[in-house]
Amino acid sequence: MLNIDSISKGIVIDHINAGYGYSIFKYLGLDKADFAVALIMNVPSKKFGKKDLIKIENVIDVDLTMLGFIDPNITINIIEDEKIVKKINLSLPERVEGIIECKNPRCITSEERNIVHKFILIDKENGIYKCEYCDQIYAWEC
Amino acid sequence: MKHLIDPMDFSLKELEDLFELAEDIIENEDDFRHACDHKILSTLFYEPSTRTRFSFEAAMLRLGGQVIGFSEASSSSVMKGESILDTIRTVGSYVDIIALRHSKEGGPKFASQYSPVPLINAGDGGHQHPTQTLTDLLTIRQAKGQISDLTVGLCGDLKFGRTVHSLIKAMSRYENINFVLISPQELQIPEYIKMEIFNKKSIPFAEVERLEDAVERLDILYMTRVQKERFFNEEDYIRLKDSYILNKDKLKLAKKDLSILHPLPRVSEISYEVDDDSRAWYFRQVKYGMYIRMALIMKLLGVM
Repeated sequence: MLNIDSISKGIVIDHINAGYGYSIFKYLGLDKADFAVALIMNVPSKKFGKKDLIKIENVIDVDLTMLGFIDPNITINIIEDEKIVKKINLSLPERVEGIIECKNPRCITSEERNIVHKFILIDKENGIYKCEYCDQIYAWEC
Repeated sequence: MKHLIDPMDFSLKELEDLFELAEDIIENEDDFRHACDHKILSTLFYEPSTRTRFSFEAAMLRLGGQVIGFSEASSSSVMKGESILDTIRTVGSYVDIIALRHSKEGGPKFASQYSPVPLINAGDGGHQHPTQTLTDLLTIRQAKGQISDLTVGLCGDLKFGRTVHSLIKAMSRYENINFVLISPQELQIPEYIKMEIFNKKSIPFAEVERLEDAVERLDILYMTRVQKERFFNEEDYIRLKDSYILNKDKLKLAKKDLSILHPLPRVSEISYEVDDDSRAWYFRQVKYGMYIRMALIMKLLGVM
C-alpha cells in the first residue's frame, strides 16, 4: 500500500471514480500548484472497489459545486489540525458555467466572442441539463 | 427592468394585464396616441423580416414614439465584426427599448443580460418568437372570449415550426385545452414536447395525418406551411400535400364558429377562397400583432 503523509490543514477529495482523478486534478489547476499536493490513483475502496484521491495541503479557493458536475459521487473533507472538520457530499449542481460547451451550431455561443457557456439542471434524477441560451438538452456523463 | 425573451417569462396574471391593455388600445386607440411621446424604439434585425419589423415600428409610431434601427446585419457595424454585446450596450445608450431579431438561438437572451434598456426577442432562429405567441393568444381571446375549454388543431409542419412549439407551451398553462396535431409522420411534433408538456401536465392530445379527419371537432385551427423539402421522398409529398391545404370543401366539415389562424406568410396551405369566410381570422391576427406589441412596449417602458 502506497503511503502519503496525512495533512494538517487542507482538502482531501475522496471517492473519485478510479481513472477520473487526473482530469479533476487538471481542472483544479493542481498541476501548476506551488504547494504540496498528491494525486493517488487506484486506491482500494470498500464502496467502489478502487478509487482515486487528491490531497491538497493548503486551503484553496475551489468551486465545489462545479466538482459535483465533474463527479457527483466524490466527497470533500476539509481538514484542520489534522482532523476532518467538515465533510461535503456533492451532487449535480443546479447551474454549470464554463465547463462544457454547447454543441448546437445554431446557438449564440457558437458565434459570440467571450460568451460563457451556461447550463441549467432540468432533471436531477437523470442528470439532464439544458443550454441556457438555446435550450439544447445534454445528459450528464461521468 | 423586465425583458421579453420567452413567452413563459410572463405569468398568467401579467399576460392577462397585457391582453386587457391591448383590448383597451383596440377600443380606444386615440387615447394612446401620445403614450410614448419622446421615446425611441430600436429595431435591430440581424435577419430580414418584413412583418415583424413593420409591426414593431408601426406599434411604436402609433404610440407617438420614434424608431431607429437596421433591417439586416450587412447594413450595421456587425459587418465590421462588432459583437452583439457591444452593439446592445451602444444602442442601449441611445434608445429606450430594443426589439432584437437574431439568426442564432439565444441571441436575444444573451443580449438581454447586458442591455441597459428593456429588450424584446423578435425571433431567434428556429427557437422562440414570443411576440407571435402573444399575438396568437390575443387573437384566440378575441375570437373565443377566453383561452380555455378549447380544442385546438395545429396543422402542417409541427416539427420545425417554432410558432407551434411556443403556442403549445403557452396554451398548456390554461384550463381544459385539447390539442389535435395534424401532420405527416415526418413532421410530427418533437418527442420532447410530448414528454415535457403533454405527458408531464397530463394534457390530452391526438395525432392525425389528414386534416379532413380532424377538422370537424376543432374550435381553433392553426395552420402552418408544409415545405416540400422537409419530406423524405417525393411520393409522400404528393400523397399528402393536399391534406394540408385548407379549402372550402374541408371547411364544410368544420364547426360554424371555428377560428382559423396562421402566423403568415402563407404560400398555398390556405386557399384564397377561404379568406372571405367569417371563420378566417389570420388577417385580423396580423393586426392584433401590432396591438399586442403596442401594449408590450407600454408595459416594458412602464408608461402605464
